[in-house]
Amino acid sequence: MKIVREEYSRLRGRGEEGDQDSLHKLLTSGGQSEDLSETLAPLRTNVIEAVNELLLELDGIQDNISVQALEHIHSNEVIMTLGRSAAVEAFLREAARKRSFQVIVAEGAPYCQGHDLATSLAAAGIETTVITDAAIFAVMSRVNKVIIGTKTILANGGLRAVIGAHTLALAARHHSTPLIVCAAMYKLCPQFPNEENTVHKFVSPQEVLPFTEGEILCKVSAYCPVFDYVPPELITLFISNIGGNAPSYIYRLMSELYNPDDHQL
Amino acid sequence: MSDRDGPSSETSCGSGATSASPAPDGECKKFMQQKSGQELTKEEKQQLRKAKKQQKKHRKEDKTADVGNSFATEVPKKQQKDATANAASGDMPIGNEKSLTGKAKNELRAERKAKQDERAKQSKKLDQGQQAVSTKTKPVPSEPQQVVKRLPDYVQADDPAVCKKMAKKLERQQIPQRQDYGNKVGLFLHLHQYSRKMPLTQQLTTLSTVHPAIVRLGLQYSQGIITGSNARCIALLHAFKQVIRDYSTPPNEELSRDLVNKLKPYISFLNQCRSLSASMGNAIKFIKKEISNIAGSSREDEAKAILFECIDKYVKEKIHLAAEAISKSAFEKINEGDVILVYACSSLVTSILCDAHKRKKFKVVVVDSRPKLEGRETLRRLVKNGIHCTYVLIGAVSYILPEVSKVFLGAHALLANGYVMSRVGTSQIALVAKAYNIPVLVCCETHKFCERVQTDSFVSNELDDPDDLLVTRRGRTPLQDWQANSKLHLLNLVYDVTPPDFVDLVITDLGMIPCTSVPVVLRVKNVEY
Repeated sequence: MKIVREEYSRLRGRGEEGDQDSLHKLLTSGGQSEDLSETLAPLRTNVIEAVNELLLELDGIQDNISVQALEHIHSNEVIMTLGRSAAVEAFLREAARKRSFQVIVAEGAPYCQGHDLATSLAAAGIETTVITDAAIFAVMSRVNKVIIGTKTILANGGLRAVIGAHTLALAARHHSTPLIVCAAMYKLCPQFPNEENTVHKFVSPQEVLPFTEGEILCKVSAYCPVFDYVPPELITLFISNIGGNAPSYIYRLMSELYNPDDHQL
Repeated sequence: MSDRDGPSSETSCGSGATSASPAPDGECKKFMQQKSGQELTKEEKQQLRKAKKQQKKHRKEDKTADVGNSFATEVPKKQQKDATANAASGDMPIGNEKSLTGKAKNELRAERKAKQDERAKQSKKLDQGQQAVSTKTKPVPSEPQQVVKRLPDYVQADDPAVCKKMAKKLERQQIPQRQDYGNKVGLFLHLHQYSRKMPLTQQLTTLSTVHPAIVRLGLQYSQGIITGSNARCIALLHAFKQVIRDYSTPPNEELSRDLVNKLKPYISFLNQCRSLSASMGNAIKFIKKEISNIAGSSREDEAKAILFECIDKYVKEKIHLAAEAISKSAFEKINEGDVILVYACSSLVTSILCDAHKRKKFKVVVVDSRPKLEGRETLRRLVKNGIHCTYVLIGAVSYILPEVSKVFLGAHALLANGYVMSRVGTSQIALVAKAYNIPVLVCCETHKFCERVQTDSFVSNELDDPDDLLVTRRGRTPLQDWQANSKLHLLNLVYDVTPPDFVDLVITDLGMIPCTSVPVVLRVKNVEY
């Protein structure tokens, strides 16, 4: 949406609003609604061009993240991860080309996507161990870093990640292990977590309690949440295509992606 | 027979005459050289063994005298790990819990043996070192806490000498040894990892002397048919009752000594099937003590009746009545309208909740984890009692915790430094509950208290069958060929330890105590005996 607005304002002849670099402008610039009702012929082609550029950028994002891998993984390190994230997989494979380290993968019941990640990492020659979710705290004392991917990054720097991520983050905090999140900037979202429907999405509890347990199924409420909220205090670093960032900086990066008027999606 | 792994390479008592082999072997070699050409008779073999044991005891005493008690207490040990050849009939008592008469008898016997050995030694060429040893022949049992316990064999799977010794011992007891399965994770090379598809009972020959009740029990343990600390303990005692019932004293032996010797191979067998739990260990200790306390003058059927009564009393007092007492205490802690979280399957916690539900209304959240999925058993029992339940997997615990008011956890054992050893995942639940400021209560009977100490889940644990982690979703099993890739390991832990700062209260049959008071209870129990 920001692309559309930018193109519009460029065509209208006005210079770009400036990225609202100063905090002051950010806070006081509330009510500048533009009049978007003028139809401009070249708007469509310009927007399509800009979107194509964005698509090209998205293709290269995976590489942008993985090239930073060697800066963060030292040799003979033990890294823990949860579930399956394409960004983390590429990150680890890139690092494995030059360094040797071990990976512990927590499977992430009930989908157990960790199993797929483990087979692919082992095929790439990395020492991998698969553990159950229940053993996360038990083995955390031997882990040097925790690297996870996420579905969304929220406006306060928190995460909406795969289920079990909050427990993993708490265990890492207890052992003072750094928690690193590998995620591209397009995952940023302007919503804050205090709205009721932000974080949780549920799927059929059949994953958790299958229909074969029929006789108790009707008397029991089973839940199968898909996502977990991780507060920003538990996160050490975000690694994205523009480099590493602390969670406290996320709100500034938001402005590059979203115009303030669009914060209420 | 040079496979003894002595506690140290102390060769201070090396005899000058022989080659580099340590003293006891030098001794025995001389002895054997005397009888070269003839086959050693059974008595001579026994004597040989006794002589060796005596030497070993001397060396141990040297070591403790040098190093001091403080070192000894740091060695992690399982008190009931008596599956060693050293604990032959009436040997030096482990710890101070044996009765005084037992100690006096053993002291006398040890002294007599020592004098015999001294005479045998002095008849050959002596070294100065051996003279030093012979002056220390009297054992020193009167020092408190002389706990130079040997490290249990099941946490030494990476030491080839220990493995060989174990194999020899099992051969002597005519029990097959279980082979490790699959490539083990680097951090756990010191533990055994067995496969459920290769139970030990398949390797038993028809000539084996293991009682059928024990064979059945071993199979039930290794296949996971009987699980849970209390269930295993009760099943064990039941099987021992069968053994005692079918036992008949051979002509020249005393019941008190011979029966204990008969039980040793059975215990090794059960240990090979599945590692003994803390509750089982305490029960075995109790039985051995009872058996050895039987007066030599009583008739066989009297003795058996006494033993049956003792076993029944133990089960009744320590397990059933304790559960009732804990139930009553826990009832005070449950409020009307509470939401209580439980994890996996604990017979004690389930019975507490079922009892309490008769008088108060509350809801329960059952948290479960792969691969055992024991929570479903808890769910069935609670639903049968009409309790409203919610069921989630352990990943979702941080979602459900804000609605929970208390957490009740069961324990497999309580260690002497206040750590709680329980099913893997318990520490995670306690951690997240602490983060949300929700009280965590652990329910544990006193017969599960254990004198071991442990600070992490690596040094002593149980590795279950790694194939359990495999799962088939939508027709594919990603980890199907995990053995083909040497870089891929599967880890299936059974236990983990929870630090005491996560636990707010421990409810036992002696009352409600904080986690740190466990050694006090242990001391009280020891004084009783």
